[in-house]
Amino acid sequence: MSRGGPGLGSISASQSDYFQATRGGGHGDYRTIVLAPSSGQELADLTHRAFDLADKYQIPVIILGDGMLGQMMEPVEFKHEAPEELPIRSNALRGAKGRPSRIIKTFTSKPAELEEINWSLFRRYQLIKKEETAFETFLVEDAKLIVVAFGIAARIAKGAIKNARTNGMRVGMLRPITLWPFPSEKVKGLAKRTRHFLVFEMNMGQMIEDVQLALEGRGEVSFYGRPGGVIPTPSEVLRAVSRLYHQKGLELGK
Amino acid sequence: MRKVYTRPRLLKRVPFHYCPGCGHSVIHRVMTELIDEMNLQDRIIGIPPPGCSVFAYHYFDVDMAESAHGRGAAVATGIKRAFPEAIVFTYQGDGDLAAIGTAETIHAANRGERITAIFINNAVYGMTGGQMAPTTLSDQVTTTTPYGRDTKIEGYPIRMSEIVALVRGAVYIERTAVNSPANIRKTKKAIRKAFQAQIDDLGFSLVEILSPCPTNWKMSPLESWKWVDKEMAKEFPLGVIKDTTGKKDVD
Repeated sequence: MSRGGPGLGSISASQSDYFQATRGGGHGDYRTIVLAPSSGQELADLTHRAFDLADKYQIPVIILGDGMLGQMMEPVEFKHEAPEELPIRSNALRGAKGRPSRIIKTFTSKPAELEEINWSLFRRYQLIKKEETAFETFLVEDAKLIVVAFGIAARIAKGAIKNARTNGMRVGMLRPITLWPFPSEKVKGLAKRTRHFLVFEMNMGQMIEDVQLALEGRGEVSFYGRPGGVIPTPSEVLRAVSRLYHQKGLELGK
Repeated sequence: MRKVYTRPRLLKRVPFHYCPGCGHSVIHRVMTELIDEMNLQDRIIGIPPPGCSVFAYHYFDVDMAESAHGRGAAVATGIKRAFPEAIVFTYQGDGDLAAIGTAETIHAANRGERITAIFINNAVYGMTGGQMAPTTLSDQVTTTTPYGRDTKIEGYPIRMSEIVALVRGAVYIERTAVNSPANIRKTKKAIRKAFQAQIDDLGFSLVEILSPCPTNWKMSPLESWKWVDKEMAKEFPLGVIKDTTGKKDVD
């Protein structure tokens, strides 16, 4: 649950920890799956999914929320039944009963051995990218401008987009649900029809780097964000959307 | 001819990498003997530390999972809670348990986790080259205290066993040494008692073992044995520090 930073900062909601969650911050050449819920219901669903993913791929999974999600109350339906018994993995430690003793470790004094461990993790990460990337799109089919936002910011942006639509602006939204793996292919695909992207985050611009990397120069990327635990309102985001829309002359069919 | 002494069955047939005179080899031997005697091999899980004994898993023929610096008690907690039938022990040095792992150790003890910590105290950071540890004696010369540990600047040698004994979830704590046949025997007995406290589901147990490090103390093995008695045991008195295993209610 991200709060305003840096350091102790404040306890107000922020999305300042995108880099920390998606880029690591720990030791080693590693990745973690990062899930970004945007509602109470999704918080429940993704928490369930996080445990399943962690068990399936045997890597840590981070749920990246914010101080607002963490404190709000909403009706939630628990849709899933937990499996009664999880399978015991072939490398699980249960005591060396009727089999040779086992070691679970990553430490090795042999660089070549450690390189192989890294390659095997890398292959797992490639598989996760292929299998587990998740996102939501909203009114993107005819959009001239696509807002990219995650978590609670996406929910704020949705309100702004609905208002923009009633004002005749063709605006849509892409909401990454997995921040890693980032839906890069989807972003690239959207750029075939839409040239303009507005990244909206409650920070000084972190996910924007993933959007730019995904686009590889295929689109124009703008940014709107508020750091430090300030929570922007939908009307504020609408102003940013509207300004950009007109600046770029999108109402003229550009 | 009757065989009276042999290599423990659960000590893998691999040459030790430890220095001559190091306490680890003796403690490994004692522990593997004991695990066999107590018939625990099929359900015991060990957590070796970073440091010289990181390779403990090459010697103990039991299931083992490594943990990062200081995290032994936390990893052991997870394993024990996921699989309560297991007998779980951590094997940690003083640079581990008494420094970076202080919080984990105290809170695992306070929660009364049914785990056993084997705490090897050699008063220095051994693997990294003999730097001052929290347990380094006053005036002791190390690579980072070349003029001796000045307690005004570097503080006092920390008595972890006494600190852990204060928390209610800890049920058995003893300090022993491996610098003489008699002390080695006492060490084995203490570990047996600590494992038994876990088997009986009573709470957290810890055995602190004063262990010679001739290489970093810059002594011969024999001198280092004597130093344990003459200097170390004065700061870290040997004996049972806490034993509430006989009582029905903890503390």
